[in-house]
Amino acid sequence: MSKVPAELRYLKSHEWARLESDGTVTVGISDHAQQALGDLVFVEVPEPGRRVMAGEACAVVESVKAASDIYSPVSGEIVAGNAELGGQPELINRDPYGGGWIMRVRPEDKSQFAALLDAKAYEAALAAETH
Amino acid sequence: MPLRTPLYETHLAAGARMVDFGGWDMPVVYGSQIEEHHAVRRDAGMFDVSHMCVVDLRGDRVREFLRRLLANDVAKLTQPGKALYSCMLRETGGVIDDLIVYYMNDRWFRMVVNAGTRDKDLEWIRASAAPFDVAVEPRTDLAMIAVQGPNARHKAAALLDPDVATHALELGTFVGMEAGDWFVARTGYTGEDGWEIMLPAAESPAFWGRLKDAGIAQCGLGARDTLRLEAGMNLYGNDMDETTSPLESGLAWTVAWEPQDRDFIGRAALAAQQSAGVPRKLAGLLLEGRGVLRSNQKVIVPAVGDGEVTSGSFSPTLERSIGLARVPVQTADRCEVEIRGRLLDARVVRPPFVRNGKIAIPL
Repeated sequence: MSKVPAELRYLKSHEWARLESDGTVTVGISDHAQQALGDLVFVEVPEPGRRVMAGEACAVVESVKAASDIYSPVSGEIVAGNAELGGQPELINRDPYGGGWIMRVRPEDKSQFAALLDAKAYEAALAAETH
Repeated sequence: MPLRTPLYETHLAAGARMVDFGGWDMPVVYGSQIEEHHAVRRDAGMFDVSHMCVVDLRGDRVREFLRRLLANDVAKLTQPGKALYSCMLRETGGVIDDLIVYYMNDRWFRMVVNAGTRDKDLEWIRASAAPFDVAVEPRTDLAMIAVQGPNARHKAAALLDPDVATHALELGTFVGMEAGDWFVARTGYTGEDGWEIMLPAAESPAFWGRLKDAGIAQCGLGARDTLRLEAGMNLYGNDMDETTSPLESGLAWTVAWEPQDRDFIGRAALAAQQSAGVPRKLAGLLLEGRGVLRSNQKVIVPAVGDGEVTSGSFSPTLERSIGLARVPVQTADRCEVEIRGRLLDARVVRPPFVRNGKIAIPL
């Protein structure tokens, strides 16, 4: 079974989001997503300063076999992309909720974060997907 | 209902991720695809390839039939067990399938065709065989396991009857042998040494388990694809199909033009294409920048024309992205590939990219 940390929020498209103490939102992909993609070999992270809309594709992760878009869970400005992933895309496989984070966004509207799926709802979405 | 090989339950028990492949429920990966890939390049790995269709062809005129059916010439096969790689063509010169055919004896040849093309292949073979009075028998009673890698043959040999093992280890490349109702051949689809072993379906789960215990890594179709791509081997349906001829698919070497009076199916169309000038070729691509080549990406050859990636992936051995692409025949050593709206530089190289564990192109 894949890990779904209770303190995070999620998208149905398998991104996770964490509200940091400075008000920014860190985004990555879930353990389920990294397992489904398999060995990651290339990650393209967005440039800081870019403005993104909630639901906008703004990063790409590629495994040996397939490419997947990563969607921003909130509207706002990109404040950082994880540069470590350039040389070590496998960080996402090894530590999807830690060292494998993809980007950080400064949200325009905090209510968007609150409206994301909680861990229970994401687990239910996963269960529905596999049935 | 998807089709299942005799090893289906074995794969589930091993925790494999299963996917549909040509109507078959097949293991794509057991753990890490990259580790499975390296196991074959560096040591030994095994694949369940029981979805591929083994077809026995029997009759007094079987050789004559195959000289008509196939673009390569089975007249080259004189030693029992010897194998030949060939395309099977429509009259248009389009590729129905690529296959391996073994010469067993003067009344019996054995063919191995792709899983996804099985039905149309059998229909075509049966229709073509009728005038030659050749019996066409798909061997659904057999499983097939490919053991591949520098140490694969020796690890697997320890599990065979000692007499069989001795003979099997002496097999030359592209030669097979019968051993009771088993068949062992020194063939594969990875660019490494190894065997493809056909055996009665009921015996295959136990044999798979013994191979695993002997230190041969279980490998899925994911690794099989990156291995064959590094080896520069075509995948039917990606790199060639009924709309392309072998001459524009990197397979001109498999077309036997001599003797000139051999009238194989598709010959006239290929000869016409040859004399008019083959417009396209299949080339190897090495992506210069960061990114991953994928099927259907557009290739731009400045001042020459456009083409298309037919197979693309990350190469675990090169740690770069590689691919095969159908490009204008005038393409020299550079091109660009459009990836998500951006043009990235790629170098045109001659496959294979990797052979027998070694990088075979300049990086």
